Amino acid sequence: MVTIRTQELSVRLGRHAAVRGVSTALEPGQLVGIIGPNGAGKSTLIRAMLGLARVESGTVSVNGKPIASIGRKDIARLVAYLPQGQTLHWPLMVERLVALGRMPHLGPLSRLSSEDEAMVDAALARADVLHLKGRIATELSGGERARVLLARALAVGAPSLIADEPLAALDPGHQLDVMDLLKAEARAGSLVVTVLHDLGMAARYCDRLLLMDKGRLVADGKPMDVLTEQSLAQVYGISACIEAGGAWPLILPTGRIKG
Amino acid sequence: MSARRHPLLLPILIALTLVAALGSLTLGAVPLAPVRILAVLSGGGDEVARAILIDLRLPRMLLGLIVGAMLGLAGAALQGYLRNPLAEPSVLGASNAAALGAVGALYFGLAQLHPVILPILAITTSLIAIGALFLLAGPSESPLTLILAGIAVATLAGAGISLSLNLSPNPFAAMEIMSWLMGSLENRSYAHVWIALPCVLVGAALLIADGRSLDALTLGEEGAQALGVDLTKARLRMMLGVAIGVGGAVAVSGAIGFVGLIVPHLVRPLTDRSPSAILLPSLLGGAALLTLADIGVRLIPTSSELKLGVLTALLGVPVFLVHLMRERRLW
Repeated sequence: MVTIRTQELSVRLGRHAAVRGVSTALEPGQLVGIIGPNGAGKSTLIRAMLGLARVESGTVSVNGKPIASIGRKDIARLVAYLPQGQTLHWPLMVERLVALGRMPHLGPLSRLSSEDEAMVDAALARADVLHLKGRIATELSGGERARVLLARALAVGAPSLIADEPLAALDPGHQLDVMDLLKAEARAGSLVVTVLHDLGMAARYCDRLLLMDKGRLVADGKPMDVLTEQSLAQVYGISACIEAGGAWPLILPTGRIKG
Repeated sequence: MSARRHPLLLPILIALTLVAALGSLTLGAVPLAPVRILAVLSGGGDEVARAILIDLRLPRMLLGLIVGAMLGLAGAALQGYLRNPLAEPSVLGASNAAALGAVGALYFGLAQLHPVILPILAITTSLIAIGALFLLAGPSESPLTLILAGIAVATLAGAGISLSLNLSPNPFAAMEIMSWLMGSLENRSYAHVWIALPCVLVGAALLIADGRSLDALTLGEEGAQALGVDLTKARLRMMLGVAIGVGGAVAVSGAIGFVGLIVPHLVRPLTDRSPSAILLPSLLGGAALLTLADIGVRLIPTSSELKLGVLTALLGVPVFLVHLMRERRLW
């Protein structure tokens, strides 16, 4: 069980104030979506939650402990991270790449145990990439590679997962698969935090949404309370058709608001 | 789990290294009949054969193995760390700086005072260069800033070396400096072995320890950190390993280029291509390649013995060409 809390958190990237005074508490068992326009500070916020961004003021704590006081390896075992983009610097085999997820659990010179290998296979299967096991990761399509990297994050077996734009490059079927998977992780007791751009997916799957704009947290709550015509106009500068009546809410951006 | 390396890769490399070592003992400018060599190896033999084998060829063979192993390993580790298949020890300026220290010792005549002064100066300048690299690159973990800082340091050291050639008091001094820049294992003694060996052991230990961090860097800096890698410490170990190990190697052999570049490329196709899987094969391959190249320079009939760096540079060209052809999809 992992709880991540930020208190008046501000992060500066160079001279740019990327995150300004964000306070929130993310509890286990939730699928939390972070939404907002490009450059709103979403990725910087989650990087700060992982202890990867230099905090200017305020605090980040994991399970009540300040993140700076937790060792890198301990953070790695508590929070799995799927970074934005699909940077791969060497043409590793898919199986080897996903096995990197077991690294936080290995001693200095030990090898993967059969338990580790079972975790790797399970992660491959859950991300629907078991059939790609023997392929070279850099030779896969963008969507296949995205799922392999998700499997890499799942292989950590951490009680929480932070995923930055896990749906980018995925076809609609696999977008639904990935959101189902994240939801299932949350239902099983994990804290799952994900940056999303698809408001429809955010509304349909997330238990809670954080809406960011220009570094500030402007709304935090249930999807339908956060995604209002007014907030979308104010933050994204768009008009949208919002249908809350069906099995799940539908959100369709209809136009840009001029001015 | 599928094999990380071809099952025969390590045995073949070990065999190749042994063959190279044996060849280095038995082949040379003065032909020695196998009977005389065997006699020496079994503890007897005539005085001339003993002197050639034990005092000339054995230290030369040992240095070939030690220096080659260090260069191969450092190349493999740096390619992984900088995530750049064209990296080798010289990109961080370590070899150039060590060469500058050696050349300085020759230029100012310090080298004549005591045989250990030159290597010690070489190792010291290599450490200073890596320290400067740290200051220049700052806290950023980006490979690009490190490469840029390395180029700055290497260029500065190169300028110092050119200056000493420019101002060298007489042609003999210039020749001596020049031979240091091209690298050679000619006329080396056990003193050189004892200087290089501890440096290379320490350097190699520091580099091999980081294999897993190198693998994690496949996912980029943040991906690696999120897997629990302390990049600041990993970088410190990497830089110290290169400074001490390569500094110690260059201190006895001169700057021998391209071994660190070629060897990882030769062994990589026989592994799963992860940075950690090529470390040990590159160490063995480097030892074998440099020892074989050293046999080559002894056997190629030229008026004066070829310098090792000349031969390894020639071997380096095809590696770049293969890369070029792959980029242009000609191959």
